[in-house]
Amino acid sequence: MSQFQQEVTGLEISVEGNTSDSSVSHQSAIDVKGLYKSFGRLSVLEDISLSVKEGEVVSVIGPSGSGKSTLARCICRLERIDSGEIYLYGQRTDGQKHSNSDIARLVGMIFQQFNLFPHLSVLDNLTLSPMRILGLSREEAQENAMALLKRVGLEEKQNARPNQLSGGQCQRVAIARALAMSPKIMLFDEPTSALDPELVGEVLEVIAGLVDSGMTMMIITHEMMFAKEVSDRVLFMADGNIVEQGHPKKIFTSPEVPRTQIFLQRLLAHFGKELTEGEKRGECSHGA
Amino acid sequence: MELDFTAIAPYLHMLLTGAKITVQASVLSVLFGSFLGIIVGALRVVPIAPVRSIAAGYIYIIRGTPLLIQLFLIYFGLPSLGLNLPAFIAGIIGLSINSSGYVGEIVRGGIEAVPKGQWEASKVLGLSYLKTMRFIILPQAIRNMLPAIGNEFVTLIKESSLLSTLAITELTMVGQQVRSVTYASFETFIVVGIIYLVLTSVTSLFLRFIERKWNVS
Repeated sequence: MSQFQQEVTGLEISVEGNTSDSSVSHQSAIDVKGLYKSFGRLSVLEDISLSVKEGEVVSVIGPSGSGKSTLARCICRLERIDSGEIYLYGQRTDGQKHSNSDIARLVGMIFQQFNLFPHLSVLDNLTLSPMRILGLSREEAQENAMALLKRVGLEEKQNARPNQLSGGQCQRVAIARALAMSPKIMLFDEPTSALDPELVGEVLEVIAGLVDSGMTMMIITHEMMFAKEVSDRVLFMADGNIVEQGHPKKIFTSPEVPRTQIFLQRLLAHFGKELTEGEKRGECSHGA
Repeated sequence: MELDFTAIAPYLHMLLTGAKITVQASVLSVLFGSFLGIIVGALRVVPIAPVRSIAAGYIYIIRGTPLLIQLFLIYFGLPSLGLNLPAFIAGIIGLSINSSGYVGEIVRGGIEAVPKGQWEASKVLGLSYLKTMRFIILPQAIRNMLPAIGNEFVTLIKESSLLSTLAITELTMVGQQVRSVTYASFETFIVVGIIYLVLTSVTSLFLRFIERKWNVS
């Protein structure tokens, strides 16, 4: 099991894990086919199809209510889908065949609101699942956790409680906690939208570090400059559809679809011409 | 009128023995009642509708009928089914079941007060429903619940006086005995009331201490 080898760099291991997994017959990490999802009468996702290759970094942008979050939540099975198929590394995961722990070994999720466990120390936040789910001993789990905390620059906070941390620190702990399960894919659902502007940078830095390590990632974000820098591909979603996708340069400089053009023009008007302000807040912090 | 406590002074030790029985009955009922209540409260929120309905029905009946009737059913009713329970056991069972209905409702509220994000984070970290409940939700829910649980304990101590109707020699029963010997009704029940007040005050203080400790850690 790859988790046992994970020592200092969790990410190298997850790449190793990918190649050693017998179920990997093709290069696709995420395959979504004909996905429909609605909440009651409100249709949120309409016939979404999407494929993310192993090691690829995909950013998803688009206005609030476009279905970006719901797409990520369907992929990690937080939402049941109405119809369609979702495959993670060739395994169909949208049904109830897989346990939560099966899914957790494949995909980690980062929430806008961090969702750290407030009654546990930072270290215990990181070790709970590896001990209870992966069956690691306390020593192994703590060793891994400390290595991950070091990676996100918070090893001195191991005994702190989440309420003693800043938002940026909370999100970095949440990222370390997700990595402690050695998932093959990481999903980020607006990871910086709930943060004070001055704390966004430290979180983006950690995410950029993951990108460099070759992790397969899907990042829902309003940080356009960041998306432009780190992504292999950018998806623009609106009204439950993937309106346009392509290389970040193409999407940001010469979008073809009018809907995309309007969205980006509005952003430009809002944020200034260059899209350079990496720590600007996105338009929405709903539910904050 | 004049109060004369000297008349009941020789019987004070009897009252204290009764208080001991009251404490025993209350502590046992609190323990069993809370245990049962946590289970009922947890069943009240499971994602299986029929189980939720059964738990809801249980709470509905327990909270909608008098404790005295519940005690009578157990002590006087069950023998007709061939189940003869000693009075003290019947009393503990009755109080525990009664308390579990109230604790169950407190637990349900405490669980529902834990933010949805805690469930979601647990799920994506691979925890099953039961593990999420045990390691993530209940520890937080119990903290939310402590003040209400404290009230329930205090209520239970006072309601244990109904055990006197099953001829259990707890504080109220002993009070009646002392009164019938001394005819000092007012004095006797003033003392009985003071003893209850001491018991409930000590319980409140103890629970506040626990609350504070739990919130710090």
